[in-house]
Amino acid sequence: MKDKVYSVTFGGIGGQGVLKASELCSWAALYAGYHVKKSEVHGMSQRGGSVESHVRFGRRVYSPLVPAGGADVLLCFHQEEHPRLLAFLKKEGLDLTGYVDKAAALVANPRGLNTCLVGVLSARLPIREECWMQAIETVFKGKGVDENKKVFLDGRRLGQS
Amino acid sequence: MVKAKTSNQALLSGNEALSYGAYEAGLSVACAYPGTPSTEILETLAQFPDVDAQWSVNEKVAFEVALGAAIAGARSLFACKHVGLNVAMDPLMTASYTGILAGFVVVVADDPGMHSSQNEQDTRWVALYSKLPMLEPASPAEAREYVQEAFKISEKYDTPVLLRMTTRVAHTKENVVLGERRVPPRPEFERNIPKYVMVPGNAYQRHILVEKRLGQLQALSERTRLNRVEKGDGRLGFVTSSVAYQYLKENYPDASYLKLGMTYPFCDEKIRAFAKTVKKLVVVEELDPFLEEHIKALGVKVHAKDPSFRIGELTPELIGPLVAGEVKQEVRTPKRKPRLCPECPHWATFAALKKLDLYVAGDIGCYTLACLPPLSALHSCLCMGAGVTFNEGWHKGAPGKKIVGVLGDSTFVHSGITGLINAAYNKAKGVILVLDNSTTAMTGGQQHPATGLTIRNEPTKKLILEDICRACGVDHVDVVDPKNLEEFRTLLEKRVNEDALSVIISRHPCKLLRR
Repeated sequence: MKDKVYSVTFGGIGGQGVLKASELCSWAALYAGYHVKKSEVHGMSQRGGSVESHVRFGRRVYSPLVPAGGADVLLCFHQEEHPRLLAFLKKEGLDLTGYVDKAAALVANPRGLNTCLVGVLSARLPIREECWMQAIETVFKGKGVDENKKVFLDGRRLGQS
Repeated sequence: MVKAKTSNQALLSGNEALSYGAYEAGLSVACAYPGTPSTEILETLAQFPDVDAQWSVNEKVAFEVALGAAIAGARSLFACKHVGLNVAMDPLMTASYTGILAGFVVVVADDPGMHSSQNEQDTRWVALYSKLPMLEPASPAEAREYVQEAFKISEKYDTPVLLRMTTRVAHTKENVVLGERRVPPRPEFERNIPKYVMVPGNAYQRHILVEKRLGQLQALSERTRLNRVEKGDGRLGFVTSSVAYQYLKENYPDASYLKLGMTYPFCDEKIRAFAKTVKKLVVVEELDPFLEEHIKALGVKVHAKDPSFRIGELTPELIGPLVAGEVKQEVRTPKRKPRLCPECPHWATFAALKKLDLYVAGDIGCYTLACLPPLSALHSCLCMGAGVTFNEGWHKGAPGKKIVGVLGDSTFVHSGITGLINAAYNKAKGVILVLDNSTTAMTGGQQHPATGLTIRNEPTKKLILEDICRACGVDHVDVVDPKNLEEFRTLLEKRVNEDALSVIISRHPCKLLRR
């Protein structure tokens, strides 16, 4: 399976931290030594529109987009977006959307929800914990690194349980 | 952007990678007007203290400043979105004749699928029309590499070089290995009247050189490694470029590929030779049949997509049906539409316009979203500046109707001022609303002349909108906060019913500014 490309689809609406979550996942995969492609569309999303981000990693990745029915994992932050995004998930794929409410109950600050969900996701991907930690340091650059590491680990435990 | 600490690898978007590549190539001057999906190029370049980066007033200005710098000896870059290049077409077409002194790269980002644009024109045709070479990276890593190649081609062949991005290449992120900056020695700026003064006699001589250059560039296209053959099992072969290549590679790993990184001039011999090595040849490209028409004109037997695929962005799941020659099945899943932010001052402005039942000539910006229900209070969106000029045209075409024009502050500076002068000069009437939220909001909040801050947020001379409106010769200029609902509506009603040309500057800062 060394040539396997892992595909994760993230979705939600503008302002939910969807892109930050996919950014974390991409950096973690990069630190783990994978070739990574992350795709997203900027622009109108700031105005509350749909946000969708695709992260793919493996030895060599071509398409920056996950094809319909091609995602190993789906992480959707908003119920309204879920039916649409479900089309990306493989038949045997893993839908982590059910964790959104559980994670929300876990975080003190709602702003940490996306990082907590990335923690849940991390339990299901072949990326070492230290790479996720490095990714948090890179993405949050001194602003809330410790808080994010904490909620990430909470999420990771939730994902492992 | 942050670099990975373990190596000089970073996770960069196509726009960022292109910027780093240009920086490494010794770029000195960069100019642009913001426009999705190209905005991040200048935002990235502005982070390098040794690059003279600017938000220009509009694309024509940006192009000319950057070209001027290149003609005077500095490696320069101009970046825009596809429709932005339309604004800069005038200098572009003649820059093909003058050529350059130091390298000059014209980056243009197309938006297949119109994620944030008013049309999905295919800029590859501009290469043909302007007789300029065009490079097309298929990934961020290629964007970094190709922009460096573009500077070399520019200087070797005395030509501006077009570098075409698309939304998917510009906004995809991937691992990119970064290098050191190397600034080549600056060539000496010299007066050269036959080369840079495009009066007919000189331009004729330059046109001869342009045609000669095209031949040399075609030879380059035949031998460049940017046009690469990947041998497969010989049953199926693709001629492709940009992100279409990536989708194909995933679906058809055993096929042969002619992957074009230099899409103009065409590499005719390479295409012919490649065609002979495969049983079935298919051309796969996003948007227009640019490669297809040329390959067919060569007399090469090639399969191409159904015309229905000329519309919209390519996606991985469309590749199979496209290659099979099927008609495109539109799968329209309902997506959440963007809307004005809850606190946006435009809500108040457009609520007042709706209440007065006006015909509203719109423009390009966040406020274009006022066309959506429940407001439905914006009735045109064509191009930057047309909010002003449509006001004038609609008054001529539908006298007696209550008509206003609206446009934003950044858009007004970009191309509204000339229309306003035209209206005053030609005795036009009506009300122009300048929706001044003190930023270029739609593209994420960039500075412009009326904010008084540069791209690096340094204070600079501030354009006073009310002063320039008065100087254009309009009858009344008012400044009002639309959130003072009563005052705003009363004023609007008064101005709309006057036989005069008025500007109302509806001023309230964008809430994104306070984040």
